[in-house]
Amino acid sequence: MMVENRKGLNLLCHALLALGMLAVAFPLYLMLMAATQSAEQVTAVPLSLLPGGHLLENLSHVLASPDGGLAVPLWRTLANSLVMALVIAVGKIVISFLSAFAIVWFRFPLRQAGFWLIFATLMLPVEVRIFPTVEVVTQLGLINSYTGLTLPLIASATATFLFRQFFLTLPPELAEAARVDGAGPLRFMLDIVLPLSRTNIAALFVITFIYGWNQYLWPLLVTHDPAMSTAVIAIKGMLGEGAVQWHLVMATALLTLMPPLAVVMLMQRWFVKGLVDNEK
Amino acid sequence: MQNRIRFPGGWLGFLLMLPQLAITVLFFVWPAAQALWQSTQSQDPFGLATRFVGVDNFSALFQDPLYLGTVKTTLLFSALVTALGMGSALLLAAMVNQVRFGKRFYQTVLIAPYAIAPSIVAVLWLFLFNPSLGWISYLLRGAGYEWNHALNGGQALALVVMASAWKQVSYNFLFFYAGLQAIPASLIEAAAMDGAGPLRRFRDLVLPLLSPTSFFLLVVNLVYAFFDTFAVVDAATGGGPGKSTETLILKVYLEGFKGLDLGSSAAQSVVLMAIVGLLTVIQFRYVERKVQY
Repeated sequence: MMVENRKGLNLLCHALLALGMLAVAFPLYLMLMAATQSAEQVTAVPLSLLPGGHLLENLSHVLASPDGGLAVPLWRTLANSLVMALVIAVGKIVISFLSAFAIVWFRFPLRQAGFWLIFATLMLPVEVRIFPTVEVVTQLGLINSYTGLTLPLIASATATFLFRQFFLTLPPELAEAARVDGAGPLRFMLDIVLPLSRTNIAALFVITFIYGWNQYLWPLLVTHDPAMSTAVIAIKGMLGEGAVQWHLVMATALLTLMPPLAVVMLMQRWFVKGLVDNEK
Repeated sequence: MQNRIRFPGGWLGFLLMLPQLAITVLFFVWPAAQALWQSTQSQDPFGLATRFVGVDNFSALFQDPLYLGTVKTTLLFSALVTALGMGSALLLAAMVNQVRFGKRFYQTVLIAPYAIAPSIVAVLWLFLFNPSLGWISYLLRGAGYEWNHALNGGQALALVVMASAWKQVSYNFLFFYAGLQAIPASLIEAAAMDGAGPLRRFRDLVLPLLSPTSFFLLVVNLVYAFFDTFAVVDAATGGGPGKSTETLILKVYLEGFKGLDLGSSAAQSVVLMAIVGLLTVIQFRYVERKVQY
């Protein structure tokens, strides 16, 4: 949709974009380079912008040993992050799918009230009800458990809305036909609605996986045992008192950002579509 | 939605909704109600007895100069994060929309920060600006400017603003870019034929057409700056030096852990709820009337 072909304008755009790319990529590039340096190399001022050849050494060091400010080896907290992200993603998708299905295809008492209650959670992010929520989790004995890490976060108003919105676009004849064929609601849900929702589910998976992986405040509050904590929390301990070992910090950062970054990059198309449609 | 087929057997519908409802009530509604209740209570210094004090906790809060200082910091921080994040994203989206090749590449790079955890973002920016080792502080030193965000409150605030905005650029970019692509090419062509240059077209045509997107993003960014930046600030500066980067969320968190004043903590949580509730209502009122130009 180029209106006029101005070489100068085009060049200017590319130049500005190059600056933008630099601003986005340089912090990441620097992390990558620092992660390849040895303990002495990383203290050079300025840091070398060329790789130092110690990448695998640094990665395996943080993965295997509780060193440089890590209380437990990183593989442990990475595994916790993975569990947390997967359970939250799958959990959010499942319970939102079910409740949206109920809202659209059933009529029952409290349907409207339930809908509004779910809607109200939009106004109550974890951050604003921190301590009372922790208290509930404590009373249920869920501190330092995977259930405590995940269950309270899997309610999702946005996912429910997305599914509801999508279900409302499906032709009513679909349910009619299913009923004529003698299929019950659960058959209809599993054989017809679920396959049709594939794209929405894929998009939601990306968004909720990242949400789960990147949670910070919640794991900070409900885990006291470092072995039950997550990778994004563990890295904070490496910045504490004493000399920060940046080559190990950056090796940890690299390992911690790879999984969500890979998910976004591999599923970029669904993610972009899902995000923009979801919110609008 | 009215003439939709409904399956008989409402109890099954209720059952399907139950998991979501149970979690919502147990972990959202109940704790929120507790915070609301506690905010009207006052505890004696030994934590032995509590009594009802109405809105005393709130009035005490709004007379506390420390709290008001944090409110001011939060407003400044949020305004800067929103302006920087939205401004640079709009510029980048307009550029990507303008160029003829490389769109896909630019988009791929620009969405990377979305995937990166806030605490990792804090680590990346701390390293860039590390007073002794950082690349940027090294360049600044070369230009005769001393950078040390551990001592200088203004620099600390600048650091957490840049890191928070950096992370949010991806999100803003995607929405601005989608908004730009939705503008009909014929409109732009018509303006061009009338002799409007690229800058003029952007100011008088594209910007007004983007106003619904911008308004939506404004609300989203304010919510982000108020609440989701907790991890960035906590990992980067912990609110310091002094209280120069202490936001409202960070204050609730820090004081809650000390457990000094339950009533005041709860009142602070309720104030936050009111803010996020207000922003959500504004956002949904806008979504109802999607187009407003």
